[in-house]
Amino acid sequence: MKILVCVKQVPDMESRFRPDTTGVWFAETDLAFRVNEYDEYAIEQAVQLKERLGGEPELTVLSVGPDRVVEAIKKALSMGCDRGVHVLDGSPQLKDPWQIASIIAAYAQGEGFDLVFTGMQSLDRGSAQVGVSLAEILNCACATTIVDFEYGDGTVTVKRELEGGVKGIVRLRLPAVVTCQLGLNQPRYPTLPNIMKAKKKEIRTIPVAELLHEEPRTLLESFYSPAKKGGGIVLEGDLADQVDKLIGILKEKTTVLR
Amino acid sequence: MKALLIGESREGKLLEHSYELLGFASRLGAGTAMFLVGSEAALPSYGGTVYLADAAKCGEYNPDLHKRLVLAAVEREKPDYVVFMHSSYGWDLAPRVAVALKAAQVTEVVAVVEGGFERPCCSQKMRHKVNPAGAVAVLTLQVGAFPGEMGAGTPQLQPIDAEGDGRVVFQGYEPAVRKGVDLTKAEVIVSAGRGIGKKENLPVIAELARALRGELGASRPVVDSGWLDAGSQVGTTGQTVSPKLYVACGISGAIQHLAGMKKSGFVVAINKDKEAPIGEVADVLVVADVMQFVPALTAKLAK
Ligand SMILES: Cc1cc2nc3c(=O)[nH]c(=O)nc-3n(C[C@H](O)[C@H](O)[C@H](O)COP(=O)(O)OP(=O)(O)OC[C@H]3O[C@@H](n4cnc5c(N)ncnc54)[C@H](O)[C@@H]3O)c2cc1C
Ligand SMILES: Nc1ncnc2c1ncn2[C@@H]1O[C@H](COP(=O)(O)O)[C@@H](O)[C@H]1O
Repeated sequence: MKILVCVKQVPDMESRFRPDTTGVWFAETDLAFRVNEYDEYAIEQAVQLKERLGGEPELTVLSVGPDRVVEAIKKALSMGCDRGVHVLDGSPQLKDPWQIASIIAAYAQGEGFDLVFTGMQSLDRGSAQVGVSLAEILNCACATTIVDFEYGDGTVTVKRELEGGVKGIVRLRLPAVVTCQLGLNQPRYPTLPNIMKAKKKEIRTIPVAELLHEEPRTLLESFYSPAKKGGGIVLEGDLADQVDKLIGILKEKTTVLR
Repeated sequence: MKALLIGESREGKLLEHSYELLGFASRLGAGTAMFLVGSEAALPSYGGTVYLADAAKCGEYNPDLHKRLVLAAVEREKPDYVVFMHSSYGWDLAPRVAVALKAAQVTEVVAVVEGGFERPCCSQKMRHKVNPAGAVAVLTLQVGAFPGEMGAGTPQLQPIDAEGDGRVVFQGYEPAVRKGVDLTKAEVIVSAGRGIGKKENLPVIAELARALRGELGASRPVVDSGWLDAGSQVGTTGQTVSPKLYVACGISGAIQHLAGMKKSGFVVAINKDKEAPIGEVADVLVVADVMQFVPALTAKLAK
C-alpha cells in the first residue's frame, strides 16, 4: 500500500500580518512557521494506519513551497513518514488552490497512491480546496472533514463531521483522498530517537516547473485587515487597574454582579 | 447575471441557511434559480425555478452523484455563478463542481466589494480580495455573512436525475452526543481556550466561573485535547449559547466559535493578542496574560 500525506507550512496565527510588496499576500519577515494544524492530524492518521498494518505501507510526505518547508517535511518524517518530497516553489502564495492541487496531482499521477491524507483546510489560505480538487483530478473517491477513520479490506470507513455535532458515516472505495478535521486523533510529539532517525530519510526535491502545467483560475487582488466593526472597550496596561476597570464596567453594563 | 443557488436538506428538512444564498444573490444583483437534492415536502419558500432531485433516490450525501446533478442543472441554466454555502455540504461539493467545470472557486465569501469578492484568511485575522477568471465561477459563502431572504410564491420544479458510481457510500447519520451541563440555559459562561496553555490551568478558569456563579465552557482545542468533555464545547459543532455574560479566556475568535456565542448579552475577552478576531465581538477586550489576569479578577470578585 502506498500512502501520500500533503502538508503545508503556515505562519503562527498569533503573529501580526502585513501585506508584502506584491500587496496580495503577507510579508514573511518576523513570522515563525509551523506545520498546518489540520495536517498534523493527517500525518498522525497515516502513521497510525502504517503501524496497524505492521509497517507495510510506504508513507510519502509532500509539501509545496520554498526551502523553509523542508522543516515541515522533517517533522512529518520524525513522526513516522518514510520519505519526503519537496516541490520547490519560491512563491506558492501566488498560485491559486487549483494550481497547488494540480501540482500535487502531477506528482501523484505516476505514483499510484492508494490513499491520500490532507488537512481539511490551511490556516492561512483556508480555501479547503486542495484536497478535494486533488481527488477530482486523480478521479478518485473523497470525503472531507473526517473525525474518525477506519481501514479494512480495501475500503475506508470515515465519520464526517457535520453541523451541530452530527456525524455522517461514509464508506469509500480505494483509491481515496480524505481531508482531516481537528480532533481526528492526538498527533504525537516526535521523540529524540525518531528525530535522529528522520535525518537519514530521503527527501527528494522537484522544481515546481516540472509539475506546474496549469494557469490560475482565481486572481489575487489584495490583502488587508478587516474593517473594524467592534466598538468594544480595550483595556491595556497595569493588571490591577485592568481588574478594577473590568469590574466597574460589569457593574455598570450587566446585572451579573450582585 | 445569473446565479444557480445550491440549497441543502438534511434528514428531510431544508436547512435554514439556504436562504442566505438568496440574500447574497440580491446583494450581487443576480437573477436566480435554485438547486436542491430534497423532496417536494420540504421546498424553499421561493418563486423561481428549482432543479429538484429526489433525496430518497439520490441520497442526502452522495458527492459524485450530486456533482453530476449540479452539472446537469448548470448545463440547462448556464449561470455565471454557482453558489454554495460554506457548510459541510458546500465545502465538500463545491471543489468537485469547480474542477469539473474548469472554473475558479472562491471559498467562504463574506462580502461583495469593488472589483472582487472578499474572503477571510489567516484564521479570520486578515481579508483577501480575489476575483474569479473565466465565464463561470463557483463560490461558497460564509454562514451568517449574508442575511437570509425568503422568496414569495411556490417554485417551478424542474426534475433532474443522474447516476452515481458507488465510490462513496453514505451509511447514515450519528446523532450529536449531548452530555454534561446544558450551557444553553446558563446566565454566565466562562470559556477556556487553548490560550490557557495546559490542562493544569483549567481550575483557575473554573474558579472564575464559580466566582461569577456561571458555568465552564470551552473552545474546541480544549475538548479535542481531552481537557474537558465534548458537552462543554461552544460553537458550530458544539452548543449555541446566549448567556447574559460570556467570558472568553485565551480564545482567538474563530468563526466557528463565534457562531456559537455571538448572541451573548455581554462579551469579555481576555487575550494577549490585541488583534485577535475575538475583539470583533467583544464588548471588552482585556489585553493580558490570561493566567495572570484571571486569578487577579477572581480574587477581587471574592472580596
Ligand atoms: C468545521 C469546523 C468546525 C469547528 N467547530 C468549532 C466549534 O464548535 N467550537 C470551536 O471553538 N471551534 C471550532 N472549530 C475550530 C476553530 O476553527 C478554531 O480552531 C478554534 O476555535 C480555536 O480555538 P482557540 O481560540 O481556543 O485556540 P487558538 O485559535 O489557538 O487561540 C488561542 C488564543 O489564545 C491567545 N493566547 C495564547 N496564550 C495566551 C495567554 N497566555 N494569555 C492570553 N491569551 C493567550 C492567543 O493570542 C490566541 O488568540 C471548528 C473548525 C472547523 C473547521
Ligand atoms: N503548498 C502545499 N503543499 C502541500 N500540501 C498543501 C499545500 N497547500 C495545501 N495543501 C494541502 O491541502 C489542504 C487544504 O489546503 P487549502 O485548500 O489551502 O485550505 C492542506 O491542509 C494541506 O494538506
